[in-house]
Amino acid sequence: MATAAVPAPLIGADLALRMYEQMQRIRAFEERVDQLYRSAKMPGLAHLYVGQEAVAVGVCEALRRDDFITSTHRGHGHCLAKGAAVERMFCELLGKEEGYCRGKGGSMHIADHENGNLGANAIVGGSTGIATGAAFSAKARGSDQIAACFFGEGALGQGVLYEVMNMAALWTLPVVYVCENNSYNEYTHYRETTAGGLTERAAAFGIPQEAVDGQDVLAVYAAATRAVERARRREGPSFLLCETYRYHGHHVGDVDRAYYRSKEEEEQWKAERDPLQILRAWILEKGFADEEVLEQTAERVETEVAAAAEHALAAPFPDPSEVGEHVYAG
Amino acid sequence: MSTPAEVAVPKEHEGTREISLAQAVNEALAEELRRDPAVFLIGEDVAEAGTPFKVTSGLVEEFGPERVLDSPISEAGITGIGLGAAMTGMRPVVDIMFGDFLTLVMDQLANQAAKVHYMSGGRLQAPLTLRTTLGATRRSAAQHSQSLHAWVAHVPGLKVALPSTPYDAKGLLKTAIRDDNPVVFFEDKMMFAVKGPVPDGEYTIPFGVADVKREGEDVTIVATSSMVYVGLEAAELLADDGVSAEVVDPRTLVPLDRETLVASAKKTGRVVVVDEGHTSYGASAELAAAIAEDAFYWLDAPVRRAAAMDVPVPFSPVLEDQTVPTPESVAALSKSLLGKA
Repeated sequence: MATAAVPAPLIGADLALRMYEQMQRIRAFEERVDQLYRSAKMPGLAHLYVGQEAVAVGVCEALRRDDFITSTHRGHGHCLAKGAAVERMFCELLGKEEGYCRGKGGSMHIADHENGNLGANAIVGGSTGIATGAAFSAKARGSDQIAACFFGEGALGQGVLYEVMNMAALWTLPVVYVCENNSYNEYTHYRETTAGGLTERAAAFGIPQEAVDGQDVLAVYAAATRAVERARRREGPSFLLCETYRYHGHHVGDVDRAYYRSKEEEEQWKAERDPLQILRAWILEKGFADEEVLEQTAERVETEVAAAAEHALAAPFPDPSEVGEHVYAG
Repeated sequence: MSTPAEVAVPKEHEGTREISLAQAVNEALAEELRRDPAVFLIGEDVAEAGTPFKVTSGLVEEFGPERVLDSPISEAGITGIGLGAAMTGMRPVVDIMFGDFLTLVMDQLANQAAKVHYMSGGRLQAPLTLRTTLGATRRSAAQHSQSLHAWVAHVPGLKVALPSTPYDAKGLLKTAIRDDNPVVFFEDKMMFAVKGPVPDGEYTIPFGVADVKREGEDVTIVATSSMVYVGLEAAELLADDGVSAEVVDPRTLVPLDRETLVASAKKTGRVVVVDEGHTSYGASAELAAAIAEDAFYWLDAPVRRAAAMDVPVPFSPVLEDQTVPTPESVAALSKSLLGKA
């Protein structure tokens, strides 16, 4: 494994509390999405990010607003961490006009151009080209923007990822590949699908790699900052492997999971490696806030999320005539 | 197939030169690279090699390796990188050496590029041009000879151009590069040496405007790409038999100029559609359907198709030559619509 190029950044009270709030926001959002699905108020399905919050927040806090990200089918956390508004997110999930894509994208296709989010993607590995192309563009335009490319360990089975990693290394592109290993390619453990080591894939292209505990936002943030700074200095791509866990099923409807993973395994992750609890303990230990402040943060976010969901439920659908709009630009 | 270079395309222009289709494409690329710093070329052997067809020769010398990039043999990867660049302020021209390799880029093209604008509710755009080839009879067999334009024309969000002349190729390619949508641009690899008149100065040709390559009264031959030359030769053969054929080139499949096609069909009452894609579920079927729907009461005979046989393209010349429309087969089909043997 590559050693850290620069020392881990210092994380002060403001940043720690902001990351805590963002992780709370993602969790509250996702739990509400689950409720909307279970109460049959949401069309279609959603893939929940609960359990993985530290990865999106740790990486996106290391980015600037004008940096690019691409996301995945399990993308709500990335969108929120990059600055998306909860209300417009809910509106999109419910197919409403106010949604980020005017209801045309839905859960798996939220894009938020103003915050550099080039879109979630329902094809596994499908956005790796877009992220690498955005990095190419940043370099070609003489901008100092960088791109972060989120994908799950399932994308390690897709050839296009290796095609673009090769070019990113060849052409010293400012892109950070963020592999979120939540252990499951849908309903199959990755060890049944993935030969060899994970970071070794990046090593083959000469791309520096780092493996971190994806449940520890401090570790993710520190590693992401090193990778982002390297990209910003125009020294080339990096590969960040974040070991994490998804608490829910592959999607909201995947409730009977015993055939591919045990309840004990799920409970153990929640009890021992919950990203919110880990950060909470650290904040308390550091004295950055007390229990009451953290409780207030959680309540504030919960209230915001509940109000946003109610707003979205009451919001209008797009006019049916919009179906033929936006097929072509111009 | 006949040698297209022998067929003169009637097209009058001021201050024209005779240049090949490859040169016309090269000029379009060079002019757009000069005009807009956001334009760049990426593809296998597009730089020093100038592609196997020598279409991009000289460009890397003028614009440098940062704007004319030799890529790895990674069709999906370069299309994805082109798309990401297009979404963030660039105007890439991705070179996919053979149309057959479109199969390798289909996710990036059909699931990604085509849907970016729509899925984002109009907030993202993908001004990406993908140049590739079509056409058989080069003795290249089944994996280097396909004409897969119907595959991409089927996907809403993509535009599809397939010029037949140097003049059209240059004007349409410049339009493609300036378009804010993904455009798949097909050049028949058998036409790169075809020469034709091209004006000296700057011009573009709008998409969705068909061109009547030859006027006639008795039968309309709607033909795409190199099949325009087959249609024009068929028209010559028909003229020898006293039949006046009109040859119409749609020039772009998406958007399609139904109006011009239908107007010609209404005028002649008989239509043969000639296209080098496979017959079944092909572009020829869509063109025929458009005419049948909008000109039905003016037609004196069913719209007929002359397209590639529904077989993988074979290698042996004896076999391959049977698979594509010829001037003779198109003339015979046209005459059958007039009740002539």
